[in-house]
Amino acid sequence: MGVIHGEEMVLNIGPQHPSTHGVLRLKVKTDGEIISEITPVIGYLHRCFEKHCENMTYDQVIPYTDRCDYLAAMANNFGYVVAVEELMELKVPEKVEYIRVIMAEFQRIASHLLALGVYGLDIGAFTPFLFMLRDRERILDMFEMTCGARLLYNYMWIGGVSHDLPKGFVETAFQFLDYFEPQIEEYNELLTYNKIFIERTADIGVLPPDVAISYGVSGPNLRASGVKWDLRRNAPYSIYNKFEFDVCIGEGGKGTLGDCWDRYYVRMLEVKESVKILRQALAQIPKEGDVHQALPKKIRPPKGSIYSRTETPRGDLGFYIVSDGSPIPTRVKMRSPAFTALSVLGELAGGWMMSDVISILGSLDIVLGEIDR
Amino acid sequence: MTVDTLFSWLGSLIPAMEGSGTLLVIAILIPCLVLFLVVAVNAIIMVYAERKVAAFMQDRVGPMGQGVGLHAGKWGVLQTVADALKLLSKEDIIPEKADKFLFILAPFVIFIGAFVAIIAVPFGETVIVADFNIGIFYILGVGSLGVIGLILAGWSSNNKWSLYGGMRSAAQIVSYEIPAGLSIIVVIMLTSTLSMQGIIEYQSGGMGNWIIFANPFTFIAFFIFFISILAETNRTPFDIPEAESELVGGFHTEYSGMRWSFFFLSEYANMLVVSAVAATGFLGGWHSPFPGYFDSNGWSVFWMLSKIVFLIFIMMWFRWTFPRLRVDQLMNICWKVLLPISLINIFGVGFWTLIFG
Repeated sequence: MGVIHGEEMVLNIGPQHPSTHGVLRLKVKTDGEIISEITPVIGYLHRCFEKHCENMTYDQVIPYTDRCDYLAAMANNFGYVVAVEELMELKVPEKVEYIRVIMAEFQRIASHLLALGVYGLDIGAFTPFLFMLRDRERILDMFEMTCGARLLYNYMWIGGVSHDLPKGFVETAFQFLDYFEPQIEEYNELLTYNKIFIERTADIGVLPPDVAISYGVSGPNLRASGVKWDLRRNAPYSIYNKFEFDVCIGEGGKGTLGDCWDRYYVRMLEVKESVKILRQALAQIPKEGDVHQALPKKIRPPKGSIYSRTETPRGDLGFYIVSDGSPIPTRVKMRSPAFTALSVLGELAGGWMMSDVISILGSLDIVLGEIDR
Repeated sequence: MTVDTLFSWLGSLIPAMEGSGTLLVIAILIPCLVLFLVVAVNAIIMVYAERKVAAFMQDRVGPMGQGVGLHAGKWGVLQTVADALKLLSKEDIIPEKADKFLFILAPFVIFIGAFVAIIAVPFGETVIVADFNIGIFYILGVGSLGVIGLILAGWSSNNKWSLYGGMRSAAQIVSYEIPAGLSIIVVIMLTSTLSMQGIIEYQSGGMGNWIIFANPFTFIAFFIFFISILAETNRTPFDIPEAESELVGGFHTEYSGMRWSFFFLSEYANMLVVSAVAATGFLGGWHSPFPGYFDSNGWSVFWMLSKIVFLIFIMMWFRWTFPRLRVDQLMNICWKVLLPISLINIFGVGFWTLIFG
């Protein structure tokens, strides 16, 4: 059967479009429904994060990191404070490490829930989105209980956290986990194994492992291509080496390895692993202890530079910090996992149909705040 | 038939004007007005129902009127009225580069397509505007008028998203009319009439006589028909012409205010019509499911409406459960699955009637 070629048309998806997950513009060359070329245009949310950082003290940077990946603000805080502490060679109390891991894992669940739900929405299923947001809400409630904020926390400070866990937090957290674990099965029944959902996602936008590695894709997107790489396991930071958990990888369950369904399902599996980590951390957390380290008012890390990486819900988040010994960093560079994920879109989406582009973009789970910074 | 009865009744009321053209116009206008009210009220109720059904399926409460002052009534029953008022008072925007005439025409074409189909829908032995001898054929015919409006809307908006929506809907609706029509042929083969009342008469005498249960092939035909009408009314999982997350709004991207609400109105009117056809063709129309019980004239409207509402509820249920198909998958289902099955169905029903009938 021959393929009919028509005139090509340039179509702008975004920056105002329901499925670009922020202010992203995709310049798309299409022949009818079929996409031949796709170019992401970014920068609509550029807020000079890195330049700002060169004009403020180390602890003043933390609220800015919140606003980069606003769907996983805790994880961004975590990445930054770990980098600064590494630069200062500062050891934080064990209790703080536990609190940080608990928060980061709750954040991972919250972020993945949003990613999965919005992905369902991209495919056209509205109800799973609201189910997942309903459960994400309970996590946000717990964050609010701890630090008063629901989206941008400024919770992790250099050498500690802003508040101790409130009374009854551990019980609330266990209650949530008991409620939440069976919910995962419900999501699976409603969306993951839905015939139409599988039709729309399996074999679509296949990302082979070698391409993923050469583009520097990380996090769930990389693991979905079958590469077992998780910084929590491969380069443990904080106290992640104390916990038992599996690194979930895509297996091509419904189609080819590294397709959209795999990327979706790896996130679902990771949510389960996060629950596992949380159960251990909540059971082991020391009851007593201070959550602040005695630090000078102005933090002056020694002269030098550091590149430190952590595993956020979106992947490998790197902070490169150069210090000249003054209270103000000379340079803060952020390596964003969502940026590399977006850069692979052109490779993935060519030749697919209009609807598939939305599906592929959704499966990469990008956050524009982090890409534009 | 209502228009004729109304005409002669009006004639007996005003003997001086008996048989005049004026009376005929009045006799036609009265049922039109009633039908317009039916369509409007249907839309108001359906929008409210859709919101509530969606809300309950999503573990929410939906629109609720709470607080003092202007609010949407108890349980939010006035929500749709508020919506309608909002839409009426909105600024009417026509894009500068749009084809103005077609842009204004399109919503009306769609609405007329849905509206004129209702006149052949029977709600009871006498509750029907016009019982054509080709009733079901007529409904299928005028039902496909709507697609012209969709293409017009998509084309005249001068917007790439609208064009996508218009093109998708043209492909989709025209394709799905074929399996829908072939499933109706199964009904016509059994009843050997095209008249809506004739089809219903064939199914009198309780649930056992309904065409859906007549033989295994008609049972399948009902489901093919139901799937096809989902596609024809642009409901999920076949809502690709408006596919919110892909095409923003599809063919109605550029429409706002009252013009937009006409699309909405006709969507719900369409749902009413196609559900009525499904109820008439397969579920015994206005007959009671229990032979001899509640089968009087007064009950007929109740039975017809409850069958329609049940089918519409299923459509809503689908919408809030399923994801959306892709356009080529949609075509595959139509041409490679539904069409062959419905062709086999026609043979099957023929042989079944020959052997067991």
